[in-house]
Amino acid sequence: MQTEILLKTRGARSMGRMLLTACVIGWFLLLILFPVFGVVKEAFQGGIGAFVSNLKEASAVRSFLLTFWITLGTVVLNTVFGTILAVTLAKQRFRGKLIMEGLVDLPFAVSPVVAGFMFILLFGPNGWIGSWFEAGGIKIVYAFPGMLLATLFVTFPFVAREIIPVLKEFGLQQEEAAYVLGASRWQTFWKVTLPSIKWGLVYGITLTTARSIGEFGAVLVVSGSIINRTQTATLFIHQEFTDFNYSGAFSAAVVLALISFGILVFMQKVYGGKRRS
Amino acid sequence: MGIRVCGISKRFGDFLAVDDVSFEVKTGELIALLGPSGSGKSTILRIIAGLEVPDKGEIYLRKTQVTSLTTQKRRVGFVFQHYALFKHMTVEKNIAFGLEVRKADGSFIRKKVAELIDLVKLQGYEKHYPDQLSGGQRQRVALARALATEPAVLLLDEPFGALDAKVRGNLAQWLREFHNQLQITSIFVTHDQEEAIEIADKIVVINRGRVEQMGNAREVYENPDSKFVASFIGRVNVLDAVAGDGRVVIKDTPYAVGNPDAAAMKDGDVVLLIRPEDVGILSGPHPYAIPVEVRRIHYRGSHYEVDCLVGSAFLRLIQSKNGFDSLELSEGKKISLVFNSYRVFEAQEGHAEVRAKLKELGYIE
Amino acid sequence: MKSAVNSKSRRKSRSSTPGDLVLRSLSFFYVFLLIVLPLIAISSRAFSGGLEGLWRNIVSPQALYSLKLTFIVALVMVVVNVVTGTATAWVLVRYDFPLKNLMNALIDLPFAIPTVVTGIMLVALYGPNGLIGGLFGRHGIEIMYAKPGIVLALLYVSFPFVVRTVQPVMIELDKDMEEAARTLGARPLVIFRRVVLPSLTPAILTGAALSFSRAIGEFGSIAIVSGNIPYKTQVASVYIYGELESYNPQGALGMSMVLLICSFLILILLNRLQVWNRRHEHAD
Repeated sequence: MQTEILLKTRGARSMGRMLLTACVIGWFLLLILFPVFGVVKEAFQGGIGAFVSNLKEASAVRSFLLTFWITLGTVVLNTVFGTILAVTLAKQRFRGKLIMEGLVDLPFAVSPVVAGFMFILLFGPNGWIGSWFEAGGIKIVYAFPGMLLATLFVTFPFVAREIIPVLKEFGLQQEEAAYVLGASRWQTFWKVTLPSIKWGLVYGITLTTARSIGEFGAVLVVSGSIINRTQTATLFIHQEFTDFNYSGAFSAAVVLALISFGILVFMQKVYGGKRRS
Repeated sequence: MGIRVCGISKRFGDFLAVDDVSFEVKTGELIALLGPSGSGKSTILRIIAGLEVPDKGEIYLRKTQVTSLTTQKRRVGFVFQHYALFKHMTVEKNIAFGLEVRKADGSFIRKKVAELIDLVKLQGYEKHYPDQLSGGQRQRVALARALATEPAVLLLDEPFGALDAKVRGNLAQWLREFHNQLQITSIFVTHDQEEAIEIADKIVVINRGRVEQMGNAREVYENPDSKFVASFIGRVNVLDAVAGDGRVVIKDTPYAVGNPDAAAMKDGDVVLLIRPEDVGILSGPHPYAIPVEVRRIHYRGSHYEVDCLVGSAFLRLIQSKNGFDSLELSEGKKISLVFNSYRVFEAQEGHAEVRAKLKELGYIE
Repeated sequence: MKSAVNSKSRRKSRSSTPGDLVLRSLSFFYVFLLIVLPLIAISSRAFSGGLEGLWRNIVSPQALYSLKLTFIVALVMVVVNVVTGTATAWVLVRYDFPLKNLMNALIDLPFAIPTVVTGIMLVALYGPNGLIGGLFGRHGIEIMYAKPGIVLALLYVSFPFVVRTVQPVMIELDKDMEEAARTLGARPLVIFRRVVLPSLTPAILTGAALSFSRAIGEFGSIAIVSGNIPYKTQVASVYIYGELESYNPQGALGMSMVLLICSFLILILLNRLQVWNRRHEHAD
């Protein structure tokens, strides 16, 4: 009798819940996960042999290497400068601070092709800065430096945005305690500030890495996508696709997807609970 | 019968929050569910409202079994501890909500809302938002909102919990008068026994999910059924003692007491619970009175509190200012104590917690 | 509260150390080089050719079409995303089901995957030879290289936005209000509409604005799935790329300026939304 009552009161509500949950899970599976499985299947269509040989191709290997170097450069530079920027914005007061804070978010809102275009205009052979380097024989656009700059732009906010809130909330009192105890500014930075932003840094760096690996539009425009010279992994995939070499495109895509997956798993393990709770 | 609760039990995972609870509330009564935090009193209230489903038992509202009805169908008024006002709606809209949901007629709603605003004395605040009101004002809005749908029963979950002490006292009184006016069957949950004693017709004392005792304030205070009730309601001194041969001897002393409680005790360890105001003082030694020495005296404005040791047990008693002066009490003076009224209970494990609780509340040291 | 004010003013009165100035200069330099200068470069170039030329480029039929298409697909996507995103956040926060934590982690997948890879995946599945695409193809419905494909790609890359902005707000939601509504007789749908949704609105709008902003600028995935057919599936970003490839920077400039201005406006909108959001929170 009691269970009947329980079921009656719970029944209608549970039906609604289950239906909604099923819809949401279904949508997620269909939209997000199916395509991943789809492309894995396609990539191994011709067997593992074809998959591997696609990736062993010179242009493929070079493109992955280029992606690696650009990502490395981007991570290092944006982490260092991002931290500097974050510390400046969180702790100092000066004219134009609000504008700077607003500008930090700008790259998120700009379309990648427009970003690439801006850099061509500025650093291209006829650009304000580019022309100086051109005169000295150094190519920025259609070469590695330009691609690095473009990637720096699109990943610019990640590290700073992760650290600034942490610094604003926790930094001050602990640092003042350190000063009172006699620590110099440098010591305080290393021993007090840096550890407190550790997790923010890790998260920001991870986001930067994922974004750098995946950047396409800006780098496409800035690099001219010259095969074997200025093609990153994403540009390589695009090239293969437009050449109707689907097998090659799929294989490389799977590799990048796996790398992204790995990054996601890493983020979840290291940062998961803290972020979403 | 306004509300009848029969054999309600509820478990949360491993934790048994409510254990076979039964009680009745007569139509028009205002009763208090009193107990320490975690005792399950709020859970019982929520079960009555339909916000939780009991594992066992039934609830009857006005003679109808409502256990299988959803909250919406039970038509109870519920006031939450933190008011739960709709933050994005004005006072008016909050109060009107229940009526709008029932698709009542527009002019009827306006009239009712105006009536209720008058009732809770919030004229002029109709268009205010909750974050513009004080705690006490929000509480009155919550009350008006709950009453708008003319529920048969009013449930209040620690209605004064979130307010400062001063506001609490006033609002408690106000609630009582309010209830007298409306005569609506009401239950309110509280951990504050003074509040319960002050405004409730009856008190149901809850501890660890069980009903310890039910009765009016005097019954519960003067004739506590259990050690818990005795120590939770009002202040009490706890003295360890040993029962044997129909007498109870206070530990580490040769002194015995022998009231009917004591005579009925099985041999073994017991506790003697005696309220500060039930201890009489005689000057100097007396036969049949317990000789002690005054250790500390506390001035409390309206009276004095006197501390002494009975054996190894600490005892605090109350002395009026006149008595104090005529006895010429001072620290170190030798006096004798007479126990006018006390209860004896078996000492089981539970005893340590009672002491701990009393220590925590500052009643003993 | 008081001590924070005091320490701030204490800091202000302490003059900036050389270290502070170095940091500030470096920051200025970096921001200037990477963000300010490029913006100035493109703006000055755009307006140096004269406003007329710029305008003519923007209102050319092909450009106008691509703009219209961009906004429409973005809008469609945002509407769908708002509904599905809110529902997803609700289910993730309120209900329990097997592998929930896994799904929660995977919500961010579209953020982690490169956009071209997204495009490739979608083509593999919905293209004329794909599992689902083939099915639709037999009934004469084109998904890839057509407008539905674009919306699909946008849905994919923007999926996490609404979910992730709504989730934290939902977690903080005061269940008391919903219970109060229950005692007052409101049924679940009414409660959702009148009690829960108003509290979620700022977050939903923020998610919507972020999705929209992403959508009008999205390039990688669309470059793959749309086929870049002018007057049919060419969105603004692809149009710009096309103009650049054909050495017609003037054309690209006009459209770029339009997109940039949109970006600015959305940034300002997002800022306002944040302020509104914070004010709502303080209603306790």
